[in-house]
Amino acid sequence: MDLSIAGILALDGLTSGAVYALLALATVLVFAVTRVIFIPQGEFVAFGALTLALFQAGKVPGTVWFLLVLAVLAVLGDLWNGVRHHVPPRRLAIGAFRTLAWPVLASAVAVWAAPRNFPLPVQALLTLALVAPFGSLIYRLAYESLADASVLVLLIVSVGVHFALVGFGLFFFGAEGFRNPSFWDQRFSAGALSLSGQTLIIFAASIALIVALWLFFGRTLTGKALRATAVNRAGARLMGISSSAAGRLAFTMAAFIGALSGLLIGPTTTVFYDSGFLIGLKGFVAAVFGGLASYPLALVGALGVGLLESFGSFYASAFKEVIVFSSILPVLLWRSLRDPHGDEH
Amino acid sequence: MKLARTLIAAAVTLAAAGAALADINVGVSLSLTGPGSGLGLPMQNQFKLFPKEIAGEKVNLIILDDASDPGKGVSNARRFVTEDKVDLIIGSCLTPVAGAMTPVATEAKTVQLSASPVGGDSPWLFRLPQGNDVMAHAMVEHMKKQNVKTIGFLGYTDAYGELWLKALTPLLEKNGMKLVATERFARTDTSVTPQALKLTSANPDAIVVVASGSGAAMPQMGLVERGYKGKVYQTHAAATGDLMRIGGKAVEGTFVTSGPAVVGQQLPDSHPSKKVAIDFYTNYEKQFGPPNQFAGHSYDAAIALQKAVPIAKQKAKPGTPEFRAALRDAFETMGRTVFAHGVMNWTKDDHWGYTNETGVMLKVVDGKFVVEK
Repeated sequence: MDLSIAGILALDGLTSGAVYALLALATVLVFAVTRVIFIPQGEFVAFGALTLALFQAGKVPGTVWFLLVLAVLAVLGDLWNGVRHHVPPRRLAIGAFRTLAWPVLASAVAVWAAPRNFPLPVQALLTLALVAPFGSLIYRLAYESLADASVLVLLIVSVGVHFALVGFGLFFFGAEGFRNPSFWDQRFSAGALSLSGQTLIIFAASIALIVALWLFFGRTLTGKALRATAVNRAGARLMGISSSAAGRLAFTMAAFIGALSGLLIGPTTTVFYDSGFLIGLKGFVAAVFGGLASYPLALVGALGVGLLESFGSFYASAFKEVIVFSSILPVLLWRSLRDPHGDEH
Repeated sequence: MKLARTLIAAAVTLAAAGAALADINVGVSLSLTGPGSGLGLPMQNQFKLFPKEIAGEKVNLIILDDASDPGKGVSNARRFVTEDKVDLIIGSCLTPVAGAMTPVATEAKTVQLSASPVGGDSPWLFRLPQGNDVMAHAMVEHMKKQNVKTIGFLGYTDAYGELWLKALTPLLEKNGMKLVATERFARTDTSVTPQALKLTSANPDAIVVVASGSGAAMPQMGLVERGYKGKVYQTHAAATGDLMRIGGKAVEGTFVTSGPAVVGQQLPDSHPSKKVAIDFYTNYEKQFGPPNQFAGHSYDAAIALQKAVPIAKQKAKPGTPEFRAALRDAFETMGRTVFAHGVMNWTKDDHWGYTNETGVMLKVVDGKFVVEK
């Protein structure tokens, strides 16, 4: 191995690491606010990439109908609860309108726009608009009524949601994979390194999103409310912060980040209906580096996972996954020795 | 009410009588739903064209869906041998499902024609698809002609990759070629840059990519991106339009092995399967559009039966255990048979049976497969 090979490997590792970082941040965000270990995070990656691929093919993606069905189910659930608790019909109607407005609008635009072959950035925006609302709807349907259950119960629900989403993914997108066109087809070369425009976009988008999240949590009231919920749910509720609204927001952000990651990796690899799981799992490993609590540590972990994967595939490609997933063991050992958990779980 | 009951009774009696009259019962288990449905549905289409009569005996096809699920495959197989008392089981098109059905067929001493390359050495199991070594033979012969001396391997980290490596290694050694680098990747990998780096630094004359369907394009694009200029070979699992749909320009000039069934028109006149393959292709296309290789397996099952049943009938009557045993013996002794998928010669020791006349090399030219002459 010489320096140029090391450079290429490092670049490749950091590129994947940048995507894992986004997923790790989403995993930490969701866990901190709702204590849900969100295994299906990767499914949003596949949903995002494949929804865009179907737009590219001029078809209406199945995610459109899935979104509408979930929104209707959420409204029905609300109505059922509302009627049982004698909520005034006016408030019920307003609630239903709020739930339905965005999904119906986004779906209508998607159905209208699908056969018209708009430019790639427009379709990408539309994809984000379609996939991001899944977060809040899935939270409401699967997790909200269990908000006070133990981490283990929430984890079990996550496994179920994961399998359901993979199944729907197969139904909507088929078993064959897709590859999206690059957002920026330029290539730059510096010595042995060759940098594609898409790689730059991945770095830029990851950095921009991390900065945006940092500003959001540091400077905005909503961000501070989320942080308060993360620190102490009961306390935040006493301060008038709705923990279910915080959960919905956290999940929406997670879905948005997942879909964005899908758009970023779509042009660099072939994405299948079930590709999301392993990508999401690597984000999860990175999040564990940060103890599912620290954003900067998760970021470092993600870049580490990316590099480990890249150098691992170079030295022993057959054992790459073994290397990546075994790396979690020393980290867990170190974490449990450093701060042994008491009665939290 | 009474009339309805009488009618139902009559229908049941008739159905039972029909079953008793029907001479050869064939149980077919296919993945018509689930992830394997892309393989099972074309097979089912081809079964609609299955001969109604073989050697003067009526043929009854009982087609069940195994939902791409091994458990469902087992219960289908059980139903075939206990309730339908079939003379032959065909299926499934997925290896795990077919593998799960094998013990049931073996226990009931019923021949199983698997439409997927299942391993194992059951005396009742015969395979319709080509084994990897037959395909590897065609590939290595082509490499010899292209004067390839050193070879790199980039394959799935699963059974498919492993079986290909096992089939290739002895053939390469025998022909004086050298495997200089062996790299793996998983279907879910987002990048093969590190493996491509290692392969290109070894700089072999040719690289064999072992992957299937739309997953076959990404590794090759990784190689091209790293500036690999040598020849690239792909396996028969990659011989689908997905290779070009995803790979685009990067897969131009790739050599791909394939069975002859779906490229009949282009085969050289010397290829023994040419006539049969064209017959299969045109008949299928007329009714259902372009076929895939799995529809060809259904077609070949009919050819095998048409040759074996007359031999077996001399020994016993259909529907008896003796007939089932005779059918197996007939498959083992019927000798060289030309299928749409190549030339088959099952023997007592070899239930894979394809001869080296089978494999065809294709080349990607302008986004289409062209047979290498």
